[in-house]
Amino acid sequence: MNTTTIFINVFTFGCLIFAIIKDRIKTKQALTVSLKSFFRIIPSVLIIIIFIGLLLGFIPQSQISKIVGEQAGFGGVLIVALLGAFLHIPSLISFPLAASLLKSGASVTSVAVFITTLTMIGVVTLPLEIKELGKKMALMRNGISFVIAIIIGIIMGVFL
Amino acid sequence: MKDYVKEKGTQRKGMKRDAIILGITLIITIALLSIFPDKQEAVITTSWNFFIEMILILPAVMVLMGLFSVFVPKEMVVRYLGKAAGIKAVFLGILMGSLPTGPLYVAFPMASALIKKGAKISCIIAFISAWACIKIPQEVVELQFLGPKFMAARLILTIIFVAIMGILIERLIEWSDKKKQTNLRR
Repeated sequence: MNTTTIFINVFTFGCLIFAIIKDRIKTKQALTVSLKSFFRIIPSVLIIIIFIGLLLGFIPQSQISKIVGEQAGFGGVLIVALLGAFLHIPSLISFPLAASLLKSGASVTSVAVFITTLTMIGVVTLPLEIKELGKKMALMRNGISFVIAIIIGIIMGVFL
Repeated sequence: MKDYVKEKGTQRKGMKRDAIILGITLIITIALLSIFPDKQEAVITTSWNFFIEMILILPAVMVLMGLFSVFVPKEMVVRYLGKAAGIKAVFLGILMGSLPTGPLYVAFPMASALIKKGAKISCIIAFISAWACIKIPQEVVELQFLGPKFMAARLILTIIFVAIMGILIERLIEWSDKKKQTNLRR
């Protein structure tokens, strides 16, 4: 167990104690919600974990770094940005996936861009966004987010 | 109530779909590993390590999400954001977006209600964007897998750029609305 794991669990435990002191009934309600969402997300977690195993086991590192690594240049960044925009996987499990890519030679820039477009841009949810907020606002938000994701990625690539 | 039933239905359908995809993934994996036995060890060790790492934090993350969703109700978010103004509104939008939980499609109707209540567009854009990509439980998982430096850098940059985007979109929409009005007057 590393420090992050311990920190997260202690922090959650603290919040839980605080919640119990504040409102016992609400806490029970919250734990039911937690349990339900836990079982809801477990299949997707397992899918991603198996996928990571296959990815790292079968595709040689040189291949991954050729597509999304430093030498891939801007084209590689653009590919992962588009991939992130179109894919619809829960953001929680995008982090292990991103970590595995980083481990096998992807650049910091492309990993940061991937996470950012994956979370901020939803091509799948775009119709709903247009319906609720109007075409102008929805398209502008998604479009500018795409540019922002690439800028954030490039800045992170320079500093990290 | 009707919405609630509908949501439950789609959730059940989603779970069924996930279970089917998991089954297919397992079958493909077993097939691949029996064709290439030399890859077995690498694939199983990698998956197992990621599984352990995930299972150590997932219950905590889920408890955090559950606590937030019950103790920070939607109405509270709408109440606070409805009357906020200025640059403060943008940062309040980011803060509120990062607090509660739920998928992105929950945020759209809320945002639409907030606009009708008179909230600023910059605030709404910041709210939706933060809802999408800055979540406390989510940041915790990012910290675990990508480390403190990566997580902090991405968090800070995202907050800055989301604030800029909110203000930019507000200006653009105001500008285009004004243009439309002058065109109508002619």
